[in-house]
Amino acid sequence: MARNSESGIPIEPVYGPDALAGWDPATQLGEAGSYPFTRGVYPSMYTGRPWTMRQYAGFGTAAESNARYKQLIANGTMGLSVAFDLPTQMGHDSDAPIASGEVGKVGVAIDSIDDMRILFGGIPLDRVSTSMTINAPAALLLLLYQLVAEEQGVSADRLTGTIQNDVLKEYIARGTYIFPPKPSLRLIADIFKYCKAEMPKWNTISISGYHMAEAGASPAQEIAFTLANGIEYVRTAVAAGMDVDDFAPRLSFFFVARTTILEEVAKFRAARRIWARVMREEFGAQNPKSLMLRFHAQTAGVQLTAQQPEVNLVRVAVQGLAAVLGGTQSLHTNSFDEAIALPTDKSARLALRTQQVLAYETDVTATVDPFAGSYVIEKMTGDIEAATVGLMAKVEELGGAVNAIEHGFQKGEIERSAYRIAQETDSGERVVVGVNRYQLDEEEPYEPLRVDPSIEAQQAERICKLRAWRDFSRVDEALTRLKKAAGGTDNVLYPMKDALAAGATIGEVCDALRDMWGTYSPTDAF
Amino acid sequence: MHDQIRIIVAKPGLDGHDRGAKVVARALRDAGMEVIYTGLHQTPEQIVSTAIQEDAGFVGLSVLSGAHMTVFPKVIALLRERDAADIEVFGGGIIPEADIAPLKELGVAEIFTPGTPTGHIVEWLRDRVDGMVPS
Repeated sequence: MARNSESGIPIEPVYGPDALAGWDPATQLGEAGSYPFTRGVYPSMYTGRPWTMRQYAGFGTAAESNARYKQLIANGTMGLSVAFDLPTQMGHDSDAPIASGEVGKVGVAIDSIDDMRILFGGIPLDRVSTSMTINAPAALLLLLYQLVAEEQGVSADRLTGTIQNDVLKEYIARGTYIFPPKPSLRLIADIFKYCKAEMPKWNTISISGYHMAEAGASPAQEIAFTLANGIEYVRTAVAAGMDVDDFAPRLSFFFVARTTILEEVAKFRAARRIWARVMREEFGAQNPKSLMLRFHAQTAGVQLTAQQPEVNLVRVAVQGLAAVLGGTQSLHTNSFDEAIALPTDKSARLALRTQQVLAYETDVTATVDPFAGSYVIEKMTGDIEAATVGLMAKVEELGGAVNAIEHGFQKGEIERSAYRIAQETDSGERVVVGVNRYQLDEEEPYEPLRVDPSIEAQQAERICKLRAWRDFSRVDEALTRLKKAAGGTDNVLYPMKDALAAGATIGEVCDALRDMWGTYSPTDAF
Repeated sequence: MHDQIRIIVAKPGLDGHDRGAKVVARALRDAGMEVIYTGLHQTPEQIVSTAIQEDAGFVGLSVLSGAHMTVFPKVIALLRERDAADIEVFGGGIIPEADIAPLKELGVAEIFTPGTPTGHIVEWLRDRVDGMVPS
């Protein structure tokens, strides 16, 4: 009997040559590093060097996070990945009433250039690449990073890293949006233009399916809605007057890696093939780099269990393997205790060690795209590609990603899928080890890492001091220019940088934009 | 009796993870209960006002951001302040085991941690209603 994949596509018990009838390796597979990039974006993939091990971290104050980053670097991590707390992600200062209880909890609290200076103190920004999970206020954090780098004597054109900057998926899944879609897209186009001129090595966006998957999306839904969002961003930038080859090489993607290895490998390969085709055929991109779907992967947090948490170490190893076999450019492996709380130093180190075992003890890095030509993988790659293209066509029928979001289409599809998974788990049809099978009578107690609750007061005090030392007339003048740019067509990043340099807080800059652009409030049914 | 259970499912604070809240809301609705979902980014004041306006019997709070020790007590205190302490508060999310007892002491009726089958929450609500003295 055929079992269904996570995308609902049958997986046959045995595949043979018939599975590949009509399959043409020359056009569908090609060479690694060449169109359609099914086998990977680079010719040598991991045979030269492994993927970038990039562990997402950040909590509490800038000083605490700075210490964790230095420790990760000492342990062999190759790129930083900054987690910001929710007030920062939502454009509120730590002393705003809505921030109560959230300061420093899921990431580091950043209110102004003062905090950013501490966050990267003693870390040579010309030698690390930094990814920042920041979306609605992405421009602000990017500019703060640039300002701190310049203070270190590192010019902007040398900076490497990524801002997530993917607001469309916030409306679909993650929920940390501020402005409505239209001004949000305009802000993103401003960032593309700014980086083209000032920070040419920076990845301007990380178009993310990860959070949709965490919200319940199937693999096909994950890549379909993500690529559809990508298409919307490309259209926005082209409409803003940019040439596709001027920004497309700096687009990057972010996907989940689940324990279902075969389908995940097929998913990554299919995503590369679809994106290359869309960029070439729909947008006429000429630069081969514009056609490459480069991606970061993170192991699926939602598959981790609070029960028998050590079992998560095994899940993460399997998930990480799926990402590597799928050709990821960088990887975050979750810590085993993340279904309970923030990772401790030890669990964070174990997560990194998992990647090091994959990279240096296994042989999966010895040869490019090891599953190529496998009956099942090539068949599943084609199957998931077809399902994805079908879903992308539905988004187009609704008028593209933004219109589909306004119809609640993607969110509705993902929530139905989440509910089905919950029902399957409740009924035992879907086995979750330690949760609905092989449970322990009594769980061992686990003491998770806790964030110091006094951080909120500490941050409020820091803001107070900042307001005292800064020259408010400079802040005010820059914020006035920022509002003028936001109401017109000038790039908002230039006055925004002046405001931040003068000591404007995240909340103040976002409030100025809220005044001009309003805020997004969804019609959220279930 | 059971089909009259009216529940507010709420997302307090800035946390945008609504998968759990939505799954629970659907499961309760499928079990015949009347469910009102508040949407994201609600203040405790907004949640309590909704609960009172809607004449709810229960408020279910979902927090995955670690803000539960701030937000849950605020909702309980506001319900008492507004003479609505008969509205029971339950919750779920990423809540460490060690925080459950203190939350219950503050007046939270029950905490459902990750992995709880939705059926357990339905049963718990029905038992709770059966145990209530009709006014």
